[in-house]
Amino acid sequence: MIQVQNLSKAFGEKQIIKDISIDFIKGKVNIIIGESGSGKTVLSKLMVGLMEPDSGKVIYDGNNFIGLNFDDKREIRKQIGMLFQGGALFDSMTVEQNIVFPLSMFTNMSEQEKTERANVCLNRVNLVNVNKLFPAELSGGMKKRVGIARAIAMNPKYLFCDEPNSGLDPKTSILIDNLIKEITEEFNMTTIVITHDMNSVIEIGDYINFIFKGELWWKGNSGEILKTDNKEINDFVYCSTFMKKVKENL
Amino acid sequence: MNWLYHFGRYYLLIKRTFKRPEKFSIYWKQYVLQMDSLGIGSLGIVSIISIFMGAVICIQSAFGFESPWIPLYAVGVSTRDIITLEFSPTVVCLILAGKVGSNIASEIGTMRVTEQIDALEIMGINSSGYLIAPKILAAVTMFPLLIVLSMFLGLFGGYVVGVAAGAVTPYEYIYGITYDFRPYNIVYALVKTYIFSFIITSVSAYHGYFTNGGALEVGRSSTKAVVYSSILILLFNVIITQILLS
Ligand SMILES: Nc1ncnc2c1ncn2[C@@H]1O[C@H](COP(=O)(O)OP(=O)(O)OP(=O)(O)O)[C@@H](O)[C@H]1O
Ligand SMILES: [Mg+2]
Repeated sequence: MIQVQNLSKAFGEKQIIKDISIDFIKGKVNIIIGESGSGKTVLSKLMVGLMEPDSGKVIYDGNNFIGLNFDDKREIRKQIGMLFQGGALFDSMTVEQNIVFPLSMFTNMSEQEKTERANVCLNRVNLVNVNKLFPAELSGGMKKRVGIARAIAMNPKYLFCDEPNSGLDPKTSILIDNLIKEITEEFNMTTIVITHDMNSVIEIGDYINFIFKGELWWKGNSGEILKTDNKEINDFVYCSTFMKKVKENL
Repeated sequence: MNWLYHFGRYYLLIKRTFKRPEKFSIYWKQYVLQMDSLGIGSLGIVSIISIFMGAVICIQSAFGFESPWIPLYAVGVSTRDIITLEFSPTVVCLILAGKVGSNIASEIGTMRVTEQIDALEIMGINSSGYLIAPKILAAVTMFPLLIVLSMFLGLFGGYVVGVAAGAVTPYEYIYGITYDFRPYNIVYALVKTYIFSFIITSVSAYHGYFTNGGALEVGRSSTKAVVYSSILILLFNVIITQILLS
């Protein structure tokens, strides 16, 4: 479980994250949704220590991450898998090298074991025969999937996915969503998915946190989000004609 | 106050860069790779520049010494001293600052803006150690070798062109470049090179590592890397010369 307590962050004058407190539950898919620019990515970066918060705590299974020194942070980070919004694949390495890189760094696996592990991870995201390609040779959706494969290579306890299915076709998108759900339950991970895709929210969201202008505006589950009468949520969820039609038939 | 801020941040980065590696073998592999890319990769440019500059230095010396009172071997002496004391260690390092410095800053800067450095950090890897330490060590290993090579090639270029142009005879040139040879001058040149190698790689890595923004800023960082490492080379050139030669 990851607990965020009273987290705040400003860039200059602009308050981006305003006193957010959320408990992210173990073995469940915890979703963060919100408009573009509402602070979702910043919140996730504060949680993993890529940005320093102005105040507040981030507690990983009882240990406050904020204020730890580099070596203690490393011990927690080794248990974190993260999919970046832009993929962030190492472009000087092949797909396979990307995936096995943390394994080479922190384990004593043989080359063959590492290749096997890479293949297991790639199979899970429905990619085959891409081991020797470089990131520049992949399509946007393939990069995303390699990003996920890399994030799960170390069997993380905590999984962060920033927009795992933006830029994917609907079919692959659902496949990735289901994959995230499956591994979350299988390995009892604490998973945090950042998205603005309502499909994913309904498909896999166990707990949903709606961020609005840097504040935690609403939380609940996927059934509740469709029925709430909170104005900002309705504006967000039912902005498209398609969703409006869905609502009429609900 | 601005330079104090940069100096402090630079110092902290370098301190973090030389923390104990997570795994020695991976850093070693990276070190070997960087020796190839920074060192062997610069062989061509260093060779060409050294041969041509050596030739010009020799001809200019001969031109300046056209007097019956100065022995012809003085051309050799002067060519040697200019090349070993100043041309190879300083001018070649300035050229390396342009080539290697911009390369390092743009490589690391690109990794920064595409979040690859963040990805390393999330894995629990000391990103500055992994990315920067092998580059600094590779440069400190390879640049002195390049500079020694540059000295030889410079003297060789001077010989070939000086003799061909009739500015000096082979005998006098060889006599001149060995006349009153002081090994200490080579020590001085190598000390300079070690320090310049460190400056080039660490200053460029610093500018790349703290890039923020996008592709435009990567370009800006790489320009800054070259400008600041060149200025620091010139500054330290004066300081080291003052300490070692006066
Ligand atoms: N390093 C930074 N410096 C200054 N401002 C920043 C920085 N990073 C983000 N911001 C600002 O914080 C706000 C929230 O950004 P964030 O990336 O968290 O949005 P988001 O909710 O992830 O949006 P999207 O859905 O488009 O990814 C934006 O207004 C952005 O301009
Ligand atoms: Mg975002």
